[in-house]
Amino acid sequence: MTNERWLLPSGMDEMLPEQAIVRERLRREIFDLHVRWGYLPVHPPFVEYLESLLTAAGQDSDRQTFRVADPVSGRMLGVRADMTPQVARIDAHQLATDQVSRLFYTGTVIRALGERQGGHRSPLQLGAELFGHKGCDSDIEIIRLMLATLSAAGIDEPYLDLGHVGVFRSFCSRLKLEPHDENELFEILQRKAETDLHQAATAMGISSDHADKLKILCSLHGGAEVLEHAHAVLDASRHPEIAAALVELREIGAAIESSIGVSRLHFDLAELRGYQYHNGVVFAAYVAGSGSEIARGGRYDDVGAAFGRARAATGYSTDLKALMRLSRYAAHQSSRDAILAPVDNTSSLQHKVAELRAAGETVITDLEHRSSHDRCNRILVNKAGDWTVETL
Amino acid sequence: MLLAARHCAGSENPGIVSKTLSIALSKGRILEHTLPLLAGAGIRPTEDASTTRKLRVDTDDPSVKILLVRASDVPAYVQYGGADVGITGKDILLEHTGGGIYEPLDLGISRCRLVLAGKPGADQKTGSRLRVATKYPLVTRDYFARRGQQVEVIKLYGSMELAPLVGMADLIVDITDTGSTLKANGLDVLAPIAEISSRLIVNKASMKMKHERIHALIADLRKTLLDSTENE
Repeated sequence: MTNERWLLPSGMDEMLPEQAIVRERLRREIFDLHVRWGYLPVHPPFVEYLESLLTAAGQDSDRQTFRVADPVSGRMLGVRADMTPQVARIDAHQLATDQVSRLFYTGTVIRALGERQGGHRSPLQLGAELFGHKGCDSDIEIIRLMLATLSAAGIDEPYLDLGHVGVFRSFCSRLKLEPHDENELFEILQRKAETDLHQAATAMGISSDHADKLKILCSLHGGAEVLEHAHAVLDASRHPEIAAALVELREIGAAIESSIGVSRLHFDLAELRGYQYHNGVVFAAYVAGSGSEIARGGRYDDVGAAFGRARAATGYSTDLKALMRLSRYAAHQSSRDAILAPVDNTSSLQHKVAELRAAGETVITDLEHRSSHDRCNRILVNKAGDWTVETL
Repeated sequence: MLLAARHCAGSENPGIVSKTLSIALSKGRILEHTLPLLAGAGIRPTEDASTTRKLRVDTDDPSVKILLVRASDVPAYVQYGGADVGITGKDILLEHTGGGIYEPLDLGISRCRLVLAGKPGADQKTGSRLRVATKYPLVTRDYFARRGQQVEVIKLYGSMELAPLVGMADLIVDITDTGSTLKANGLDVLAPIAEISSRLIVNKASMKMKHERIHALIADLRKTLLDSTENE
């Protein structure tokens, strides 16, 4: 039998030095960016009681959460599959302020089933949440922060997709759908499968007028003209919920347009990312070279109610590992840029080494006595009692 | 390496990336039915796509490429962004669990039915667990779950009709067009499961980033379909 003890479970990965350096540089860069935007870091635990993790989250998190039994309490623990509910808990219970709070976080999450079949299961989630402000201004701030994060990560020219769960919710409340039927229509809508949607709606006894409108929802995506079109075909003047959603999308779109460019802004009224969880605008960033979204977010007011305080909330999140794959910094090869120092405990050398390191240089001790090193391009030599750096 | 190369192309010349369009198709019946539709949208392969050994074929339009892949791989190519759009049967899509794709257009071509088949009365057998041979294990399990029956699913890659004849399975779940292969092997259609036709599928990111291009393709295909039904 071959030795496979080195093998990692499917979807779990590790980083070797070259990637780990890029990852840490990106993380620092993004950390500083968030601090400059007025966001404060939080570090929720990796494992929590299962019910705390799942109260505020949708069905998706339930399926994606690893479970372990706690030998101390005998209760079930969950490994976080998403950090957003944890941050919502911190805001609602630990900070308990009525002011606007801005929080950000980075940490490994475990997706028990992976993002997609065979996909990786240990993303490094990074995101920011803004609590206590209701209205487009906070959504705009979060979208701008998300775009700034992508830019700091060396990802250029992202596309932004904007949607709003209010449109589909308005249909569901008008049609008084059973949860099961609502889920089925939602699932079909996510595939924009017009024919299937019409068939399913008819089978549910939905009137042909409403079934037609649901079908139209599948094709309501494109540039800003989609919002005007939607206003007319969805009869928004008679449905305040839809009209309000369209107004929000228009306002957010107009604000973001200047920073992203009109050709990179896309609206999609059938895109309901995190439908069970979100209750307002939803958005995602796409970039050439990736077949799926690279960052996402939206409004999720009152999720904190489960922890005692309902608060307006909006936020975004992304996977640092996915950003690394697309970042132009990741292509940067580790160059030979270090100084080799002989093994010598004299205070004159130790003083010189400390000085160089303080100046930002990498100094490596020549433990192997080879006077060369594959990471060093310079060497410390003793010139008449004076340590000087020479090119190798 | 590949990713890095692709990314470089993207960052240096994003215009090229956003203007090209790749279409994943599979050889055989679907290709035969699809090419006239694509021709209606102004897309014609520069060589005979059904006989070429090339996997990526150019078209009259230099910005459009056709990728020839295995039918069951079309959803994966589109999901992962290897192709922007693809054309594949609903049977394949029912078995695709990865998500991440849109199915905006039913092309109504390569029509057939997904059915439960077997010797007459085979699905009424009680006492022991039914064994079902199929190329579609997920659809089969779902179908029987809805009927409230637990069955043993045997995954096969082809010639399902043989399984009941040699006593390996009680039933099969397979697609059928005229039903002649079933009949030739003494099997009857016992229940319909789904109507199958070919769908246009689109990668989610491509739909956002190349929406003008893809909207135009969908509109052209829709128009060709409409014209052909009017002529019939």
